[in-house]
Amino acid sequence: MTQAPAQKHSSTDSTMTSEPSTELKLKWLRDMQLIREFENRTAQAYQQAKIGGFCHVYTGQEACAVGTIGSINDDDPVVTAYRDHGHALARGMTPEACMAEMYGKITGCAKGKGGSMHMFDRPNWLFGGHGIVGAQTPLGAGLAFAAKYEHDVMKKRVDGSEAKKKVTLCYLGDGAIDQGAFHEALNYVSVHNIPVIYIIENNGYSMGTAINRHTANSGNLISRGESYGIDSLEIDGLDIVELYKGFKPYVESCRENSRPGFVDLKTYRYQGHSMSDPQKYRTKDEVDEYKAKDSIARLASQLMESGDLSEDDWKSMQKAIRDEVMSAMQAAEDAPTPELSELITDVYANPEKNLSPQTTYTHGARNPLL
Amino acid sequence: MTTLPDTMSMIESDIHPAVEGVEIPDFLSESDLPSREGDRIIQFREALREAMAEEMRRDERVFLLGEEVAQYNGAYKVSQGMLDEFGPERIIDTPISENGFAGMAIGAAMCGLRPIVEFMSWSFSLVAADPILNNAPKMLYMSGGQFGCPIVFRGNDGAGGQLGSTHSWCVEGLFSNVPGLKMAIPSNPYDAKGLLATAIRDPDPVFFLESERMLGDKAHVPEEHYFIPFGRARLAREGDAVTLVSFGRPVNFCLDAAEVLANDGIECDVLDMRTIRPLDIDSIVDSIKKTNKIVVVDQCWPFGSVASEVIAQICEHGFDWLDAPPVRVNTIDVPTPYAKDLEYAYLPNPERIATAVRELVGATV
Ligand SMILES: Cc1ncc(C[n+]2csc(CCOP(=O)(O)OP(=O)(O)O)c2C)c(N)n1
Ligand SMILES: [Mg+2]
Repeated sequence: MTQAPAQKHSSTDSTMTSEPSTELKLKWLRDMQLIREFENRTAQAYQQAKIGGFCHVYTGQEACAVGTIGSINDDDPVVTAYRDHGHALARGMTPEACMAEMYGKITGCAKGKGGSMHMFDRPNWLFGGHGIVGAQTPLGAGLAFAAKYEHDVMKKRVDGSEAKKKVTLCYLGDGAIDQGAFHEALNYVSVHNIPVIYIIENNGYSMGTAINRHTANSGNLISRGESYGIDSLEIDGLDIVELYKGFKPYVESCRENSRPGFVDLKTYRYQGHSMSDPQKYRTKDEVDEYKAKDSIARLASQLMESGDLSEDDWKSMQKAIRDEVMSAMQAAEDAPTPELSELITDVYANPEKNLSPQTTYTHGARNPLL
Repeated sequence: MTTLPDTMSMIESDIHPAVEGVEIPDFLSESDLPSREGDRIIQFREALREAMAEEMRRDERVFLLGEEVAQYNGAYKVSQGMLDEFGPERIIDTPISENGFAGMAIGAAMCGLRPIVEFMSWSFSLVAADPILNNAPKMLYMSGGQFGCPIVFRGNDGAGGQLGSTHSWCVEGLFSNVPGLKMAIPSNPYDAKGLLATAIRDPDPVFFLESERMLGDKAHVPEEHYFIPFGRARLAREGDAVTLVSFGRPVNFCLDAAEVLANDGIECDVLDMRTIRPLDIDSIVDSIKKTNKIVVVDQCWPFGSVASEVIAQICEHGFDWLDAPPVRVNTIDVPTPYAKDLEYAYLPNPERIATAVRELVGATV
């Protein structure tokens, strides 16, 4: 069998998407502000020990999830790493389900079994939150493989519904590009023409290690995608309008041509790596420099300059979001913890006898999202 | 039986000549070791650091590598200050490439260096499963005795911090299945220092399992360098009703349970195995000669666990001394949950241990 040529798609020279509508921009502003507010409350709740385990907030990176997810269809698959609250919310998970998960409540998106790093939302095509660095990258290839297989081979979805041409978005941090699994995935998807777009949310740090100390040729990440024959893009992830204009046509090209993508999406995180990071590896000046380019403030002021948002509108939008998040916190607070019997549920789809020397597995509560 | 060709001879030395420059310490009896009592109170993490630093001072072949070990001073501050003392050539920050850096360290060990590989968590070592399980423990055998692999892999093991199922691995059951490796699992700062020093001197690959939950535990640790031999359990508490056998963090659960049980007049022998490969089965049998009852406590899943192995060995070596079937208390046989109460119920916690002991002695609460 001869191998499919690594055909290049033409996102970079295709005409840029025209200016997004005001309506769309207002939606983005709202979505980004929701994440910002949500994460601020998450950090508070963590400090009050209402949230446990590892918790990584998305503050500063909001435009990445909102702009890229805003460029795909509602039923395109999405998968990400452990810094996943922003993607979950951008994908449409309710703040209640997300917060309740971190509170370890039965109403959480994973019934309190997953925690902050493992946000899953089946109705919204979110295939996780994954805690092991790089683990999601071959999975992302698999999600795209399945959609392509349904479309090309089965001509319908596994549930019998119409198969569409889909694009999968798979997010990873700059630290994750050093994992072998990612390189294996890149090679595979290029050779097999699998339409998954790897979005590197390049915030310049892998925990406390600056990018130039952890990866080779760090100033030119897209050369890595290109070396696998993947047409690759570098995008400013702090300006959501520009992000959208560059990314949207790229998505459509990957979808049409069934080709993978590789995007170096440059961004910055305002908080520490996790909730327990003294951040000695960077200066406050550096953080302030990026805060001055804040993506939310930038979009808000653009909308005000164009007369599409008044100071009062913006204030009342912020207030409405604050109320929404506060009521999500309250709902999480009030929700019950999982029954102890939930410990032994969801382990097997077919819990037969004698699977364990100790435990008889059962099915528990139906996931609240289903 | 075939005889060797004239040109070949049998190895006479205790240490295989494939690994050169081995200095096995003179191990002292438990009573000759420096005292466990005293007022030099330090944390578990500092005890680990002292063992590594002292070995690095005396042996240039020893170096430390892993994620965030150098400039960040360790994700869990085990290696704090070591970059300052030893410099970036011996305290090495790696990319998040476990497969790559573990394999690289194994190559260096084949050449006679003495790498210490820090896994931020043993959970992440699964990414490096091939080199650490398929290369390191088999190198001596596969090469027909030409290449050894004197290396230490160390990091956090086990659940307890609400980290969820991907980050809460207890690898002892899984990994101890592999011949060619040794495995040490200290339960307290004193043993941590003495066992890690021994691990670094050992000519074989040593899997050294710490616990993020214990790194802040404090106890007296002698300033001097000392070595605790592998394969020698410690009787952490004496009793005659039941033998409790454990290793690592659950030893402390056993001690808590034993305290509670003592209030009801049930006195337990608590044996801290300290290493599980080698396993000090003789000390276990000695104890059941006295108690005739045994509960093995293990924080891995029950199926094919270390507890299963310990119980199999007890049945092989001490069956006649038992008055009742041996009992194991493992983590519940499910992936690790995040929610706090579920996670607690999942662990081999003191309540579950006490219940198992009470059932065994037929006592009521
Ligand atoms: C295999 C593996 N190794 C190490 C870790 C610990 N760890 C979690 S996040 C992280 C840094 C990742 O940085 P990056 O990929 O840039 O993502 P960011 O946190 O910046 O979003 C490390 C070392 C892990 N979770 N999995
Ligand atoms: Mg990063």
